[in-house]
Amino acid sequence: MPPPSKILYTVYALAASGDLATHVGATLRRVAIGFAFGSLAGTALGALTGYSKPLARLLDPTLQALRAIPSIAWVPLFILWFGIFEASKVALIAVGVFFPVYLGVYGAVVGVDRRIVEVGRVFRLSGFELIRLILLPAVLPDFILALRAGLGLGWMFVVAAEFMGASEGLGYLLVDGQQLGKPDQILAAILIFAVVGKATDSLLLIVSAPFLRWRDTHASGI
Amino acid sequence: MLDIRSLSKIYPNGTHALQDFSLSIGKGELVAVIGGSGCGKSTLLRLLSGLEAPTLGEISLEGRLLTEPDSLVNIVFQEPRLFPWLTVADNIGFGLRHLASSERDEQVSAALEKIGLRGHEKRWIKELSGGQAQRVALARALVTKPAVLLLDEPFSALDAMTRVELQDHLIDLWRVNATTMLLVTHDIEEAAFLADRVVVMRPWPGRILEVVDIGLPRQRNRMSDELAEVKRRLSDLLAHSLNDGSRTASA
Repeated sequence: MPPPSKILYTVYALAASGDLATHVGATLRRVAIGFAFGSLAGTALGALTGYSKPLARLLDPTLQALRAIPSIAWVPLFILWFGIFEASKVALIAVGVFFPVYLGVYGAVVGVDRRIVEVGRVFRLSGFELIRLILLPAVLPDFILALRAGLGLGWMFVVAAEFMGASEGLGYLLVDGQQLGKPDQILAAILIFAVVGKATDSLLLIVSAPFLRWRDTHASGI
Repeated sequence: MLDIRSLSKIYPNGTHALQDFSLSIGKGELVAVIGGSGCGKSTLLRLLSGLEAPTLGEISLEGRLLTEPDSLVNIVFQEPRLFPWLTVADNIGFGLRHLASSERDEQVSAALEKIGLRGHEKRWIKELSGGQAQRVALARALVTKPAVLLLDEPFSALDAMTRVELQDHLIDLWRVNATTMLLVTHDIEEAAFLADRVVVMRPWPGRILEVVDIGLPRQRNRMSDELAEVKRRLSDLLAHSLNDGSRTASA
Protein backbone atom coordinates (compact mmCIF):
# COMPACT_ATOMS: atom_id res chain seq x y z
CA MET A 1 0.00 0.00 0.00
CA PRO A 2 1.66 3.19 -1.12
CA PRO A 3 1.63 6.08 1.37
CA PRO A 4 -0.59 9.11 0.61
CA SER A 5 2.48 11.17 -0.23
CA LYS A 6 3.40 8.74 -3.00
CA ILE A 7 -0.16 8.74 -4.38
CA LEU A 8 -0.24 12.54 -4.41
CA TYR A 9 3.16 12.60 -6.05
CA THR A 10 1.91 10.23 -8.73
CA VAL A 11 -1.03 12.58 -9.36
CA TYR A 12 1.42 15.47 -9.54
CA ALA A 13 3.70 13.61 -11.93
CA LEU A 14 0.80 12.70 -14.18
CA ALA A 15 -0.33 16.33 -14.19
CA ALA A 16 3.15 17.64 -14.86
CA SER A 17 3.70 15.34 -17.83
CA GLY A 18 0.35 16.35 -19.33
CA ASP A 19 -0.89 12.74 -19.20
CA LEU A 20 -3.43 13.62 -16.55
CA ALA A 21 -5.21 16.08 -18.82
CA THR A 22 -5.25 13.51 -21.64
CA HIS A 23 -6.69 10.74 -19.45
CA VAL A 24 -9.21 12.88 -17.60
CA GLY A 25 -10.19 14.53 -20.88
CA ALA A 26 -10.77 11.19 -22.60
CA THR A 27 -12.85 9.84 -19.74
CA LEU A 28 -14.82 13.06 -19.32
CA ARG A 29 -15.60 13.16 -23.03
CA ARG A 30 -16.92 9.58 -22.96
CA VAL A 31 -19.04 10.24 -19.90
CA ALA A 32 -20.36 13.48 -21.36
CA ILE A 33 -21.39 11.98 -24.70
CA GLY A 34 -22.80 8.83 -23.11
CA PHE A 35 -24.64 10.90 -20.52
CA ALA A 36 -26.09 13.17 -23.22
CA PHE A 37 -27.45 10.23 -25.25
CA GLY A 38 -28.61 8.22 -22.25
CA SER A 39 -30.33 11.07 -20.45
CA LEU A 40 -31.99 12.37 -23.62
CA ALA A 41 -33.41 8.95 -24.43
CA GLY A 42 -34.35 8.34 -20.80
CA THR A 43 -36.13 11.68 -20.56
CA ALA A 44 -38.00 11.28 -23.84
CA LEU A 45 -39.16 7.72 -23.14
CA GLY A 46 -39.90 8.45 -19.48
CA ALA A 47 -42.01 11.47 -20.42
CA LEU A 48 -43.90 9.52 -23.10
CA THR A 49 -44.64 6.48 -20.95
CA GLY A 50 -45.56 8.74 -18.04
CA TYR A 51 -47.88 10.76 -20.23
CA SER A 52 -49.60 7.96 -22.10
CA LYS A 53 -50.91 4.81 -20.46
CA PRO A 54 -51.05 2.82 -23.72
CA LEU A 55 -47.42 3.71 -24.42
CA ALA A 56 -46.48 2.71 -20.88
CA ARG A 57 -48.20 -0.63 -21.35
CA LEU A 58 -46.43 -1.08 -24.65
CA LEU A 59 -42.90 -0.05 -23.69
CA ASP A 60 -42.43 -0.22 -19.95
CA PRO A 61 -42.39 -4.02 -19.50
CA THR A 62 -39.77 -4.34 -22.25
CA LEU A 63 -37.65 -1.57 -20.78
CA GLN A 64 -37.89 -3.10 -17.30
CA ALA A 65 -36.75 -6.43 -18.74
CA LEU A 66 -33.83 -4.74 -20.47
CA ARG A 67 -33.00 -3.04 -17.18
CA ALA A 68 -32.79 -6.43 -15.50
CA ILE A 69 -29.94 -7.45 -17.81
CA PRO A 70 -26.56 -6.91 -16.17
CA SER A 71 -25.21 -4.10 -18.30
CA ILE A 72 -21.80 -5.68 -18.72
CA ALA A 73 -23.58 -8.40 -20.66
CA TRP A 74 -23.99 -5.89 -23.48
CA VAL A 75 -20.25 -5.45 -23.88
CA PRO A 76 -19.59 -8.26 -26.39
CA LEU A 77 -22.56 -7.21 -28.48
CA PHE A 78 -21.57 -3.56 -28.49
CA ILE A 79 -18.04 -4.46 -29.55
CA LEU A 80 -19.45 -6.52 -32.42
CA TRP A 81 -21.79 -3.73 -33.44
CA PHE A 82 -19.78 -0.62 -32.79
CA GLY A 83 -16.18 -1.82 -32.86
CA ILE A 84 -13.62 -1.58 -30.10
CA PHE A 85 -13.17 2.19 -30.23
CA GLU A 86 -15.23 5.08 -28.88
CA ALA A 87 -18.71 4.16 -30.13
CA SER A 88 -19.03 0.97 -28.10
CA LYS A 89 -17.78 2.69 -24.94
CA VAL A 90 -20.19 5.58 -25.31
CA ALA A 91 -23.04 3.14 -26.00
CA LEU A 92 -22.34 1.23 -22.80
CA ILE A 93 -22.26 4.45 -20.75
CA ALA A 94 -25.48 5.63 -22.38
CA VAL A 95 -27.18 2.36 -21.38
CA GLY A 96 -26.02 2.87 -17.82
CA VAL A 97 -27.31 6.44 -17.72
CA PHE A 98 -30.57 5.64 -19.47
CA PHE A 99 -32.27 3.47 -16.87
CA PRO A 100 -32.12 5.65 -13.75
CA VAL A 101 -33.17 8.67 -15.82
CA TYR A 102 -35.99 6.76 -17.49
CA LEU A 103 -37.26 5.33 -14.20
CA GLY A 104 -37.02 8.68 -12.43
CA VAL A 105 -38.81 10.63 -15.15
CA TYR A 106 -41.49 7.98 -15.68
CA GLY A 107 -42.23 7.71 -11.97
CA ALA A 108 -42.30 11.46 -11.50
CA VAL A 109 -44.53 12.19 -14.51
CA VAL A 110 -47.03 9.54 -13.44
CA GLY A 111 -47.12 11.21 -10.03
CA VAL A 112 -47.90 14.73 -11.26
CA ASP A 113 -50.99 16.14 -9.53
CA ARG A 114 -54.10 15.49 -11.64
CA ARG A 115 -55.51 18.86 -10.66
CA ILE A 116 -52.71 20.82 -12.25
CA VAL A 117 -52.88 18.69 -15.40
CA GLU A 118 -56.57 19.57 -15.63
CA VAL A 119 -55.64 23.24 -15.79
CA GLY A 120 -53.57 22.38 -18.85
CA ARG A 121 -56.55 20.62 -20.40
CA VAL A 122 -58.78 23.63 -19.72
CA PHE A 123 -56.21 25.75 -21.56
CA ARG A 124 -56.43 23.21 -24.39
CA LEU A 125 -52.77 22.23 -24.51
CA SER A 126 -51.77 19.62 -27.05
CA GLY A 127 -50.09 16.46 -25.79
CA PHE A 128 -46.65 17.82 -26.57
CA GLU A 129 -47.41 21.20 -24.95
CA LEU A 130 -48.76 19.43 -21.88
CA ILE A 131 -45.47 17.54 -21.54
CA ARG A 132 -43.31 20.58 -22.19
CA LEU A 133 -45.25 23.24 -20.26
CA ILE A 134 -46.65 21.27 -17.34
CA LEU A 135 -45.38 17.72 -16.88
CA LEU A 136 -41.65 18.36 -17.28
CA PRO A 137 -41.53 21.58 -15.19
CA ALA A 138 -43.63 19.88 -12.51
CA VAL A 139 -41.16 17.00 -12.27
CA LEU A 140 -38.03 19.14 -12.56
CA PRO A 141 -36.83 18.51 -8.97
CA ASP A 142 -37.22 14.74 -9.45
CA PHE A 143 -35.72 15.06 -12.90
CA ILE A 144 -32.54 16.64 -11.51
CA LEU A 145 -32.33 13.82 -8.99
CA ALA A 146 -32.72 11.26 -11.80
CA LEU A 147 -29.98 12.99 -13.80
CA ARG A 148 -27.68 12.84 -10.80
CA ALA A 149 -28.36 9.13 -10.39
CA GLY A 150 -27.75 8.70 -14.12
CA LEU A 151 -24.52 10.63 -14.00
CA GLY A 152 -23.35 8.47 -11.10
CA LEU A 153 -23.95 5.35 -13.14
CA GLY A 154 -22.25 7.01 -16.10
CA TRP A 155 -19.08 7.23 -14.02
CA MET A 156 -19.46 3.64 -12.97
CA PHE A 157 -19.87 2.43 -16.53
CA VAL A 158 -17.03 4.44 -17.98
CA VAL A 159 -14.63 2.25 -16.00
CA ALA A 160 -16.20 -0.89 -17.38
CA ALA A 161 -16.06 0.66 -20.85
CA GLU A 162 -12.42 1.54 -20.50
CA PHE A 163 -11.61 -1.94 -19.21
CA MET A 164 -12.86 -3.14 -22.60
CA GLY A 165 -9.64 -1.89 -24.05
CA ALA A 166 -8.58 1.72 -24.14
CA SER A 167 -5.30 3.45 -24.73
CA GLU A 168 -6.24 6.47 -22.64
CA GLY A 169 -8.62 7.42 -19.88
CA LEU A 170 -8.77 6.91 -16.13
CA GLY A 171 -9.92 3.32 -16.60
CA TYR A 172 -6.86 2.69 -18.70
CA LEU A 173 -4.70 4.01 -15.84
CA LEU A 174 -6.30 1.40 -13.58
CA VAL A 175 -5.66 -1.46 -16.00
CA ASP A 176 -2.17 -0.20 -16.73
CA GLY A 177 -1.41 0.12 -13.02
CA GLN A 178 -2.52 -3.44 -12.44
CA GLN A 179 -0.56 -4.92 -15.32
CA LEU A 180 2.65 -3.07 -14.51
CA GLY A 181 2.27 -3.47 -10.73
CA LYS A 182 1.88 0.22 -9.91
CA PRO A 183 -0.58 0.46 -6.99
CA ASP A 184 0.17 4.16 -6.60
CA GLN A 185 -1.14 4.76 -10.11
CA ILE A 186 -4.30 2.75 -9.36
CA LEU A 187 -4.97 4.74 -6.20
CA ALA A 188 -4.19 7.99 -7.97
CA ALA A 189 -6.74 7.13 -10.64
CA ILE A 190 -9.32 6.24 -7.96
CA LEU A 191 -8.66 9.54 -6.22
CA ILE A 192 -9.13 11.43 -9.47
CA PHE A 193 -12.38 9.55 -10.12
CA ALA A 194 -13.66 10.72 -6.75
CA VAL A 195 -12.69 14.33 -7.37
CA VAL A 196 -13.92 14.59 -10.96
CA GLY A 197 -17.12 12.62 -10.26
CA LYS A 198 -18.00 14.85 -7.35
CA ALA A 199 -17.16 17.93 -9.41
CA THR A 200 -19.55 16.96 -12.22
CA ASP A 201 -22.31 16.24 -9.70
CA SER A 202 -21.77 19.64 -8.08
CA LEU A 203 -21.80 21.26 -11.50
CA LEU A 204 -25.19 19.66 -12.22
CA LEU A 205 -26.51 20.99 -8.91
CA ILE A 206 -25.18 24.49 -9.51
CA VAL A 207 -26.53 24.67 -13.05
CA SER A 208 -29.97 23.41 -12.01
CA ALA A 209 -30.33 25.54 -8.86
CA PRO A 210 -31.70 28.66 -10.62
CA PHE A 211 -34.48 26.56 -12.16
CA LEU A 212 -35.60 25.25 -8.78
CA ARG A 213 -35.98 28.50 -6.88
CA TRP A 214 -39.77 28.26 -7.11
CA ARG A 215 -39.83 25.21 -4.90
CA ASP A 216 -41.58 25.56 -1.56
CA THR A 217 -39.77 22.95 0.48
CA HIS A 218 -38.61 22.79 4.05
CA ALA A 219 -35.02 22.92 2.83
CA SER A 220 -35.46 25.86 0.46
CA GLY A 221 -34.72 28.37 3.18
CA ILE A 222 -31.28 26.91 3.77
CA MET B 1 -76.39 32.20 -24.29
CA LEU B 2 -75.20 29.08 -22.50
CA ASP B 3 -77.74 26.35 -23.06
CA ILE B 4 -77.62 23.19 -20.97
CA ARG B 5 -80.04 20.51 -22.05
CA SER B 6 -80.91 17.35 -20.08
CA LEU B 7 -77.38 16.85 -18.82
CA SER B 8 -76.78 13.55 -17.02
CA LYS B 9 -73.61 11.97 -15.74
CA ILE B 10 -73.18 8.44 -14.50
CA TYR B 11 -69.62 7.59 -13.57
CA PRO B 12 -68.12 4.21 -14.49
CA ASN B 13 -68.39 3.13 -10.84
CA GLY B 14 -72.16 3.56 -11.08
CA THR B 15 -72.45 6.86 -9.20
CA HIS B 16 -75.32 8.81 -10.65
CA ALA B 17 -73.89 12.29 -10.12
CA LEU B 18 -76.20 14.41 -12.21
CA GLN B 19 -79.63 13.76 -13.67
CA ASP B 20 -81.51 15.66 -16.32
CA PHE B 21 -80.05 19.09 -15.62
CA SER B 22 -81.42 21.77 -17.95
CA LEU B 23 -80.76 25.48 -17.67
CA SER B 24 -80.37 28.44 -20.00
CA ILE B 25 -78.03 31.15 -18.82
CA GLY B 26 -78.22 34.52 -20.53
CA LYS B 27 -75.15 36.38 -21.71
CA GLY B 28 -73.58 38.22 -18.81
CA GLU B 29 -75.76 36.53 -16.23
CA LEU B 30 -74.36 35.40 -12.88
CA VAL B 31 -75.95 32.16 -11.75
CA ALA B 32 -75.10 30.40 -8.51
CA VAL B 33 -75.61 26.70 -7.87
CA ILE B 34 -76.01 25.58 -4.28
CA GLY B 35 -76.60 22.25 -2.68
CA GLY B 36 -75.18 19.80 -0.20
CA SER B 37 -72.59 17.19 -1.00
CA GLY B 38 -73.52 14.59 -3.58
CA CYS B 39 -75.80 16.90 -5.51
CA GLY B 40 -73.59 17.02 -8.59
CA LYS B 41 -72.42 20.63 -8.35
CA SER B 42 -68.79 19.90 -9.13
CA THR B 43 -69.76 17.34 -11.76
CA LEU B 44 -71.81 20.01 -13.50
CA LEU B 45 -68.77 22.28 -13.77
CA ARG B 46 -66.53 19.44 -14.91
CA LEU B 47 -68.99 18.71 -17.71
CA LEU B 48 -69.29 22.38 -18.66
CA SER B 49 -65.52 22.85 -18.70
CA GLY B 50 -65.12 19.82 -20.95
CA LEU B 51 -63.00 17.92 -18.42
CA GLU B 52 -65.61 15.15 -18.44
CA ALA B 53 -68.07 14.06 -21.10
CA PRO B 54 -71.75 13.83 -20.18
CA THR B 55 -73.51 10.46 -20.28
CA LEU B 56 -76.55 12.15 -21.79
CA GLY B 57 -77.53 15.64 -22.83
CA GLU B 58 -75.66 18.48 -24.46
CA ILE B 59 -74.20 21.90 -23.83
CA SER B 60 -74.19 24.70 -26.35
CA LEU B 61 -72.72 28.17 -26.26
CA GLU B 62 -74.23 30.70 -28.68
CA GLY B 63 -75.63 27.79 -30.68
CA ARG B 64 -72.30 25.94 -30.86
CA LEU B 65 -72.09 22.51 -29.24
CA LEU B 66 -69.39 22.16 -26.58
CA THR B 67 -67.84 18.72 -26.39
CA GLU B 68 -64.32 19.43 -25.12
CA PRO B 69 -62.45 22.25 -23.34
CA ASP B 70 -63.23 25.46 -25.20
CA SER B 71 -61.29 28.70 -25.52
CA LEU B 72 -64.42 30.64 -24.53
CA VAL B 73 -64.94 28.72 -21.29
CA ASN B 74 -62.58 28.91 -18.36
CA ILE B 75 -62.74 27.74 -14.80
CA VAL B 76 -61.46 28.70 -11.37
CA PHE B 77 -61.22 25.87 -8.87
CA GLN B 78 -61.46 25.72 -5.12
CA GLU B 79 -57.68 25.57 -4.94
CA PRO B 80 -55.81 28.17 -7.00
CA ARG B 81 -54.05 25.42 -9.02
CA LEU B 82 -51.37 27.86 -10.10
CA PHE B 83 -48.13 26.65 -11.66
CA PRO B 84 -45.55 26.97 -8.87
CA TRP B 85 -42.65 26.94 -11.35
CA LEU B 86 -43.89 30.12 -13.03
CA THR B 87 -43.89 33.64 -11.64
CA VAL B 88 -47.14 35.48 -10.96
CA ALA B 89 -46.90 37.27 -14.31
CA ASP B 90 -46.19 34.08 -16.25
CA ASN B 91 -49.08 32.32 -14.54
CA ILE B 92 -51.48 35.06 -15.58
CA GLY B 93 -50.05 35.12 -19.09
CA PHE B 94 -50.29 31.33 -19.46
CA GLY B 95 -53.36 31.50 -21.69
CA LEU B 96 -51.77 34.24 -23.81
CA ARG B 97 -48.69 32.32 -24.93
CA HIS B 98 -49.62 32.76 -28.59
CA LEU B 99 -49.44 36.57 -28.32
CA ALA B 100 -46.35 38.66 -28.98
CA SER B 101 -44.51 39.23 -25.71
CA SER B 102 -45.07 43.00 -25.68
CA GLU B 103 -48.82 42.57 -26.07
CA ARG B 104 -48.85 39.79 -23.51
CA ASP B 105 -46.93 41.88 -20.98
CA GLU B 106 -49.38 44.72 -21.49
CA GLN B 107 -52.41 42.52 -20.85
CA VAL B 108 -50.76 40.83 -17.89
CA SER B 109 -49.92 44.11 -16.21
CA ALA B 110 -53.44 45.38 -16.86
CA ALA B 111 -54.77 42.23 -15.21
CA LEU B 112 -52.39 42.61 -12.27
CA GLU B 113 -53.55 46.18 -11.85
CA LYS B 114 -57.17 45.01 -11.85
CA ILE B 115 -56.61 42.42 -9.14
CA GLY B 116 -54.59 44.83 -7.06
CA LEU B 117 -51.31 42.95 -7.29
CA ARG B 118 -49.22 45.41 -9.25
CA GLY B 119 -45.55 45.02 -8.41
CA HIS B 120 -45.97 41.28 -7.73
CA GLU B 121 -45.07 40.26 -11.31
CA LYS B 122 -41.83 38.54 -10.42
CA ARG B 123 -43.05 36.84 -7.27
CA TRP B 124 -43.16 33.07 -6.95
CA ILE B 125 -46.47 31.44 -6.13
CA LYS B 126 -45.12 30.19 -2.79
CA GLU B 127 -44.77 33.81 -1.70
CA LEU B 128 -48.48 34.60 -2.10
CA SER B 129 -51.19 34.42 0.55
CA GLY B 130 -54.25 32.27 -0.11
CA GLY B 131 -56.32 35.28 -1.15
CA GLN B 132 -53.62 36.62 -3.43
CA ALA B 133 -53.18 33.21 -5.06
CA GLN B 134 -56.92 32.96 -5.75
CA ARG B 135 -56.85 36.46 -7.27
CA VAL B 136 -54.06 35.36 -9.58
CA ALA B 137 -56.12 32.29 -10.52
CA LEU B 138 -59.06 34.57 -11.33
CA ALA B 139 -56.83 36.80 -13.43
CA ARG B 140 -55.33 33.79 -15.25
CA ALA B 141 -58.82 32.66 -16.22
CA LEU B 142 -60.19 36.10 -17.11
CA VAL B 143 -57.24 37.39 -19.09
CA THR B 144 -58.18 35.06 -21.97
CA LYS B 145 -61.54 36.88 -22.11
CA PRO B 146 -63.77 33.83 -21.77
CA ALA B 147 -67.48 34.20 -22.54
CA VAL B 148 -68.24 31.87 -19.67
CA LEU B 149 -66.38 31.65 -16.37
CA LEU B 150 -67.07 28.65 -14.16
CA LEU B 151 -66.26 29.00 -10.47
CA ASP B 152 -66.05 25.86 -8.33
CA GLU B 153 -66.34 27.02 -4.71
CA PRO B 154 -63.54 29.48 -5.40
CA PHE B 155 -63.58 31.21 -2.02
CA SER B 156 -64.45 28.36 0.30
CA ALA B 157 -60.89 27.82 1.48
CA LEU B 158 -60.37 31.48 2.41
CA ASP B 159 -60.92 33.20 5.73
CA ALA B 160 -64.15 35.20 6.14
CA MET B 161 -62.65 38.63 5.57
CA THR B 162 -60.69 37.64 2.49
CA ARG B 163 -63.76 35.89 1.16
CA VAL B 164 -65.92 39.02 1.43
CA GLU B 165 -63.18 41.04 -0.21
CA LEU B 166 -62.89 38.61 -3.10
CA GLN B 167 -66.66 38.41 -3.55
CA ASP B 168 -66.76 42.20 -3.98
CA HIS B 169 -63.83 41.90 -6.30
CA LEU B 170 -65.57 39.22 -8.38
CA ILE B 171 -68.59 41.52 -8.80
CA ASP B 172 -66.29 44.29 -10.03
CA LEU B 173 -64.64 41.98 -12.55
CA TRP B 174 -68.00 40.65 -13.65
CA ARG B 175 -69.31 44.19 -14.27
CA VAL B 176 -66.28 45.24 -16.28
CA ASN B 177 -66.03 42.10 -18.43
CA ALA B 178 -69.73 41.21 -18.77
CA THR B 179 -68.69 37.56 -18.49
CA THR B 180 -71.35 34.93 -17.99
CA MET B 181 -70.58 33.32 -14.66
CA LEU B 182 -71.67 30.08 -13.11
CA LEU B 183 -70.71 29.89 -9.46
CA VAL B 184 -70.91 26.67 -7.50
CA THR B 185 -70.93 27.27 -3.78
CA HIS B 186 -72.19 25.84 -0.52
CA ASP B 187 -72.35 29.30 1.02
CA ILE B 188 -75.93 30.60 0.98
CA GLU B 189 -74.88 34.17 1.68
CA GLU B 190 -72.41 34.07 -1.19
CA ALA B 191 -75.09 32.82 -3.58
CA ALA B 192 -77.67 35.38 -2.45
CA PHE B 193 -75.23 38.27 -2.48
CA LEU B 194 -73.64 37.57 -5.86
CA ALA B 195 -76.14 35.87 -8.12
CA ASP B 196 -78.96 36.94 -10.41
CA ARG B 197 -80.45 33.48 -10.07
CA VAL B 198 -79.73 30.64 -7.71
CA VAL B 199 -80.16 27.01 -8.68
CA VAL B 200 -80.88 24.86 -5.63
CA MET B 201 -79.87 21.24 -6.15
CA ARG B 202 -80.97 18.06 -4.42
CA PRO B 203 -78.73 15.04 -4.05
CA TRP B 204 -78.60 11.35 -5.08
CA PRO B 205 -78.81 11.76 -7.99
CA GLY B 206 -77.99 15.42 -8.31
CA ARG B 207 -80.82 17.34 -9.94
CA ILE B 208 -82.50 20.73 -9.79
CA LEU B 209 -84.88 21.30 -6.91
CA GLU B 210 -85.74 24.88 -7.75
CA VAL B 211 -84.39 27.93 -9.55
CA VAL B 212 -84.77 31.09 -7.49
CA ASP B 213 -84.76 34.57 -9.01
CA ILE B 214 -82.98 36.83 -6.56
CA GLY B 215 -84.54 39.98 -7.99
CA LEU B 216 -82.47 42.35 -5.89
CA PRO B 217 -80.77 45.37 -7.43
CA ARG B 218 -76.99 45.39 -7.76
CA GLN B 219 -74.98 47.27 -5.13
CA ARG B 220 -76.47 44.86 -2.64
CA ASN B 221 -76.16 45.41 1.04
CA ARG B 222 -75.01 42.32 2.92
CA MET B 223 -76.96 43.45 5.99
CA SER B 224 -80.25 44.36 4.29
CA ASP B 225 -83.55 42.73 5.25
CA GLU B 226 -84.22 41.83 1.64
CA LEU B 227 -81.02 39.82 1.43
CA ALA B 228 -81.82 38.18 4.75
CA GLU B 229 -85.20 37.19 3.34
CA VAL B 230 -83.58 35.66 0.25
CA LYS B 231 -81.10 33.81 2.43
CA ARG B 232 -83.91 32.42 4.57
CA ARG B 233 -85.74 31.22 1.48
CA LEU B 234 -82.63 29.53 0.09
CA SER B 235 -81.90 28.03 3.45
CA ASP B 236 -85.39 26.54 3.67
CA LEU B 237 -85.08 25.10 0.19
CA LEU B 238 -81.71 23.62 1.00
CA ALA B 239 -83.03 22.01 4.17
CA HIS B 240 -85.95 20.64 2.18
CA SER B 241 -83.62 19.26 -0.46
CA LEU B 242 -81.59 17.39 2.14
CA ASN B 243 -84.62 15.99 3.97
CA ASP B 244 -86.19 14.75 0.79
CA GLY B 245 -88.08 11.54 1.61
CA SER B 246 -87.25 9.97 -1.74
CA ARG B 247 -83.60 9.79 -0.78
CA THR B 248 -82.36 6.42 0.30
CA ALA B 249 -78.72 7.04 1.06
CA SER B 250 -77.88 7.61 4.70
CA ALA B 251 -75.34 10.18 5.67
